[in-house]
Amino acid sequence: MELFGDFFKQLYDTTGWNFVIFYDQVEWDRFIAAIWTTIRLIIACLIFSVIVGFAGAWAQGAKSRIIRYGMAGYIQFFRNTPPFVQILFFYFVVGNLTPSYDAGGYQQAYIGSFGWAVISLGFFAGAFNTEIFRSGIEAVPESTVEAASSLGYTRLQSYIYVVFPLAFRVCLPALNNNLVNLLKTTTLAYGIAVPEMMYTANQIWSDNVNVPEMMIVLFLFYVGLVAVLVWGMHRWEKAMKIPGYG
Amino acid sequence: MKLKKTAIIAGVAAALTLGVAMTKADQAYAGNDRFKKVLARGELVVGVKADYKPWGFRDSSGKIVGMEIDMAQDVAKAMGVKLKLIPVQSSNRMQFLQQGKIDLMIATMSDKANRRKVVGIVDPNYYTSGTNVLAKKGVVKQWSDLKGKPVCGKQGAFYNKQVSSRYGAKIVAFVGNAEAKQALRDGKCVAWVYDDSSIMADLASGQYNDYEMPMKTEDDTPWGLAVPLDEKGSIWGNFMSGMIYNWHRTGRLIELEKKWGIQPTAYLVTMKKKFEAYQPK
Repeated sequence: MELFGDFFKQLYDTTGWNFVIFYDQVEWDRFIAAIWTTIRLIIACLIFSVIVGFAGAWAQGAKSRIIRYGMAGYIQFFRNTPPFVQILFFYFVVGNLTPSYDAGGYQQAYIGSFGWAVISLGFFAGAFNTEIFRSGIEAVPESTVEAASSLGYTRLQSYIYVVFPLAFRVCLPALNNNLVNLLKTTTLAYGIAVPEMMYTANQIWSDNVNVPEMMIVLFLFYVGLVAVLVWGMHRWEKAMKIPGYG
Repeated sequence: MKLKKTAIIAGVAAALTLGVAMTKADQAYAGNDRFKKVLARGELVVGVKADYKPWGFRDSSGKIVGMEIDMAQDVAKAMGVKLKLIPVQSSNRMQFLQQGKIDLMIATMSDKANRRKVVGIVDPNYYTSGTNVLAKKGVVKQWSDLKGKPVCGKQGAFYNKQVSSRYGAKIVAFVGNAEAKQALRDGKCVAWVYDDSSIMADLASGQYNDYEMPMKTEDDTPWGLAVPLDEKGSIWGNFMSGMIYNWHRTGRLIELEKKWGIQPTAYLVTMKKKFEAYQPK
């Protein structure tokens, strides 16, 4: 580590390239903290958005007209507004209506900026996931659904055990795409001061005047993260492949 | 196949490094033509703040106005050219100058040694200010009261780091002042850490009657306007030094301070006296 740090210190002294995060302990700690926050944020958003998509696709085919219309309204709302506007809206408008307690001069909300980022981004990507899952569900042959119900499956049971497993395989590539997009969209959380990578990089380059260097770090960081996600999704796709189907 | 992949990656990496290396080399270019260019163009492009009342902000019609805009106007008038304003942010203002998108930057920038390596900060300084906080009355009394508590800030401000490392405050930094101050009003943080001069302007605006500026101002720092680094020693940098000298000597800055309702700064009075002393009586 020391040798590593010395190299970057040397690099700065000789070439002016200031990768301060690799030799300054304080900046290094900030950088590492940002990596964890980013990864936590991404995982939380991914899981939440898939759950929303799963539930949403089921609700779209519900018998109750209220649920179906409610679902359509939700999709329109989240698909037709920019994600950054949604984040600000949730944090500054909805956030002020949720309970909080006085923590000595300031209001500590039960849902903080991190929570609002997960909620707004999860719903945002969830709206797309709903449509993606619907495309998969519609690809499942009607005869298969009929076969399931003739075996005594209820609508919910046939959704969970027959329709969704088949639909999921069909829509995985599209889901994959949307999740990669979601991963990149988490950078918008810097707008409500979630200390993720974009936010921290901005602080570091403001304090050290090393914008191009931090831009490169930021760029490579996200290239790496997306690569890991895509690799994982492809493995999943392969593992779930049913011979002779799709 | 594997080899091919590696080759592609290496190629991309090389292209990336080359591209970046070239921009660094561009910065080393030393020129003396900015002044002539501005005259030939008939237009001076100045980077200013558009969200920092009363130095640079948008009035009700959307036009950028403020003390620093008046200063930019003075420069354009002295050169006999038209003025074009480009709004910049604290976190990107130096890049605007480096990339040649603006000729001059007057954007409430504190004069720091590491910034002098990147842009041509022209002497003498034209203003000073320090760090303080805006907080609800009676909530905090001294800097140490901020320990462990959320304090709103603005992304890109250098005092965020100082306040967090010195007093253990948890900085919650927003993109713009408006969002940060909204968060303060919502009670999401105990205080809003910023420039004392800007906070004074907020308090004077009448929108913050339940608020106060309770701390002792720290780190009084000079402000610098800047030209591109390689133009600092050329006509352009020297011309701007002259502009600042005359602003101080004639009391123009004190006059502008009054016009924009800014608390009088001791620094401007000191500078005026100093430069006046060189004049024959």
